[in-house]
Amino acid sequence: MTTTGFFLLAILALGFLITFQIAKASEYVSILKGEKKAFEQNNRINAFLMVVFLVLGLIGVWWCNKLLYKKTLLPYPSASELGTNIDTMMWITLAITGAVFFATQILLFWFAYKYQHSDKRKAFYYPHNNKLEIIWTTIPAIALCVLVGFGLFYWFKITGEAPKDAMVVEVTGKQFQWIYRYPGKDNTFGKKYFRLISPGSNDLGMLWNDTVLVKETKGGGHGDHGHAPVDNKTVIKADPAGYDDIIQSSALYVVKGEPVKLVINAQDVIHDVGLPHFRLKMDAVPGTPTTLWFTPTYTTEEMKKITGNPNFEYEIACDQMCGNGHYTMRGVVKVVTRDEFILWRAQQKPAYAAYAEARGIAPANAAPADTTQATAASAAAPVKLANN
Amino acid sequence: MSQDSIHGHPEVVTTHEVHHDEHHGHHKETFITKYVFSQDHKMIAKQFLITGMVWAVLGGLMSVLFRLQLGYPNETFPWLEDILGRWAKGGRISVENYYSLVTMHGTVLVFFVLTGGLSGTFANFLIPLQIGARDMASPFLNMLSYWFFFGGSIVILASFFVQTGPFSGGWTFYPPLSALGDASPGSKIGADLWIIGMALFVVSSLLGGLNYISTILNMRTKGMSMSRVPLTVWALLFTAVLGVLSFPVLLSGLILLLFDRHAGTSFYLSDIFIAGKALPNEGGSAILFQHLFWFLGHPEVYIIILPAMGLVSEIMAVNCRKPIFGYMAMVGSMFAIAILAFLVWAHHMFVTGLNPFLGSVFVLLTLLIAVPSAIKVFNWLTTMWRGNIRFTPAMMFAVGFVSLFISGGLTGIFLGNSTLDIQLHDTYFVIAHFHIVMGVSAFFGMFAGVYHWFPKMYGRYMNNTLAYIHFWVTLVGAYLIFWPMHYEGLAAMPRRYMDYSAWSSFNQFEGLNQFISTVAIIVFAVQLLFLFNFFYSIFKGRRVTSQNPYGATTLEWTTPIRPGHGNWPGEIPEVHRWAYDYGKDDRSFIPQTEPIGAHESKH
Repeated sequence: MTTTGFFLLAILALGFLITFQIAKASEYVSILKGEKKAFEQNNRINAFLMVVFLVLGLIGVWWCNKLLYKKTLLPYPSASELGTNIDTMMWITLAITGAVFFATQILLFWFAYKYQHSDKRKAFYYPHNNKLEIIWTTIPAIALCVLVGFGLFYWFKITGEAPKDAMVVEVTGKQFQWIYRYPGKDNTFGKKYFRLISPGSNDLGMLWNDTVLVKETKGGGHGDHGHAPVDNKTVIKADPAGYDDIIQSSALYVVKGEPVKLVINAQDVIHDVGLPHFRLKMDAVPGTPTTLWFTPTYTTEEMKKITGNPNFEYEIACDQMCGNGHYTMRGVVKVVTRDEFILWRAQQKPAYAAYAEARGIAPANAAPADTTQATAASAAAPVKLANN
Repeated sequence: MSQDSIHGHPEVVTTHEVHHDEHHGHHKETFITKYVFSQDHKMIAKQFLITGMVWAVLGGLMSVLFRLQLGYPNETFPWLEDILGRWAKGGRISVENYYSLVTMHGTVLVFFVLTGGLSGTFANFLIPLQIGARDMASPFLNMLSYWFFFGGSIVILASFFVQTGPFSGGWTFYPPLSALGDASPGSKIGADLWIIGMALFVVSSLLGGLNYISTILNMRTKGMSMSRVPLTVWALLFTAVLGVLSFPVLLSGLILLLFDRHAGTSFYLSDIFIAGKALPNEGGSAILFQHLFWFLGHPEVYIIILPAMGLVSEIMAVNCRKPIFGYMAMVGSMFAIAILAFLVWAHHMFVTGLNPFLGSVFVLLTLLIAVPSAIKVFNWLTTMWRGNIRFTPAMMFAVGFVSLFISGGLTGIFLGNSTLDIQLHDTYFVIAHFHIVMGVSAFFGMFAGVYHWFPKMYGRYMNNTLAYIHFWVTLVGAYLIFWPMHYEGLAAMPRRYMDYSAWSSFNQFEGLNQFISTVAIIVFAVQLLFLFNFFYSIFKGRRVTSQNPYGATTLEWTTPIRPGHGNWPGEIPEVHRWAYDYGKDDRSFIPQTEPIGAHESKH
């Protein structure tokens, strides 16, 4: 341990010792003074401190807001249309809860000060008052109904079906990165199957080949000798729709002013597509695809101006604990104009091209060579095809 | 106020300042039966309290360590390596240990401190004393309850010493992260130990809870109808009911998880490709676990806060010298909270892909729970109104509790509204919300309880000056730590990140994180002052000289200053009135044992 460490520890210990000695001494003094007098003095001091705390606290609330408000998302407009609803809801809730907060805290500490012990006064015997209680049951209930009403109105708007013309992008989370897939020219996603995933060459498990899955049956039938031998081979046909799919990890490109629907998957554990500037968030759950849609309202370039930050990027933050690399699971959303998007998309090569090239298959060949891939599957597991 | 001498044998069963086994009294108690395998509810309460304190220190220390990382992400602390070894190679906490600390901080504080330590202590201590019973319905099961708790503690503690470390996937234990050893080193043996530790904890909680319920329902003294019991007892009753109904669901969820881990089942697992291979599991639902977990998890937060509410209500009435305002409304609102606690769990799951209509039902029910909470706050305020308040340390903490409960409760209205939850879910806003409303405020309830009943526990007082310092630093510190975190949440800063420096959206809070960490360390140090005060006062505190030092109405103050096993040396007193006759008919207080007078006014 360093000397500074010892030094700090020594200071701490000394601090404790001094505090303790003062506390001891004050106890002796209070005995000398008489308990009643000591009690009255303590009571006055603490009642006074209650008001001091209230006043300093209120100043602190104001000051904290002054320092930190501009660091939040509140001063900037939402980058999605639906996010604007969330901002409105935020302000409604802030107004109502803020009023209650100030009223109750002020009453609490003011009462603490005002009704501190005094020999001259007697406590007022006031065990209940039905009228009062009905009032403060109904008023919060009404206020909350207002909040529920607004909240659900927006909630159903946000979680409702995506517009028919929305561009669909598939987002897949895995430890610790995001993979984005766009359908190719055919505007259809090719099928994929998680048992065909092969990191590096086929990250999503696309059905690019006819594949034979061999089920591993446990040796020695337990009493079912009478049955005919089960066919333990399943042939999965390649899906040509997947040959033109664009799969990449660099950024999620979306178009300003056009609705986009994300179909969200996970390969290993639960992740979460967190989109702070769009005010949105949705879990990525292995085995259960989820969806999220929004319409971006500002391009990345426009947002750079709005925030005054030349390096601004829309970030995707993983918002569900997903393992030790959770805090590094960063994605980028590029909001671009229609023209820029078309240009970007034209530059993208279908993922199958690289795959086929590496295996010496002509990419044009619609029926790729029959490679047999034996994948272990449990005897019980039925083979299931994932459509998206 | 009566004197020691009036009572039969207060000194015979002197318990605590004498730690030598030769002092046996006439109960033929040995050191083992008296201090270790004790069946006296008061001793079991102290066992829970002190074990809870040990856990609180460990859990708090964990938060200090990971706050160091959060506040000073670019600095190294060589002394960390000196004390933690491979956990902090080069003076920086490694990522797996950072996540272990975060996870264990949550587990330990939620379950072992604020559940075991809080309701374990006060249910054991107060229920028999306040309803007029000699002990629990089953002192033996009560003892087992503590020892299962202790066993669970040991197992959780042991997980720190396995090679792959304790579980590190967050205290909510979501699979597949918790189910697959390949997903994280902490999900190897650490996760099994976590499950075993929690299973023992659940057993402890059930043994305790069933005991509390049967004691309250069956063993009240003559005249102690349910409408006359103090609010502490009501609160502890609802707490026990919540625990008994919800903990088994957690246990079953964990057993299914254990099957997924080791028996090849697929309750929670489906379509998983991890560590270079596809797993055979198909057809499970990862979200199912979240439903089972939060079916306990949400009642759990009320298991934590209800006892604190009960303690605070009682302490407020005693020190305002006024009846608690709206006794029946207080009971009714706790009842409403207990019912609603079971109907709101999915508000933790708004962004899991839950059906939006189902989500809307949970929004409605969640915001409904704010109504009974509001009633309680208004009733506490009215109790203080026109009172004659004595600021004992307990009363200070009770006021602090109400303040924190308001602050943290109001942010619950943001999070319970699914629309806002989309943005705020799993950000620092959530951390701020639940640390204030169920972390710090439950601690405030617990501190209030400890300061208030310490004289009954040990026959001595704690030092007031230290207590006031403890209160003010903790209150101010709690707000300084958690209030600014709301702003981080409003910047959508995610929880459970070890380092924010690579994120352009979240790296603007560097100075603030440093500030929060510094305050957290100071607040932690002041809690050590409280512990010192506690243990010092057990042996050297000022002696209690009167039987009823606070002028309180409830039955625990009719026992001798240091009650022995059985609580009352003679007959158990009979009760004639409710627990809140303070300031009635110009009398400071009327004990529950006093028959209704001929000319007494009605309330």
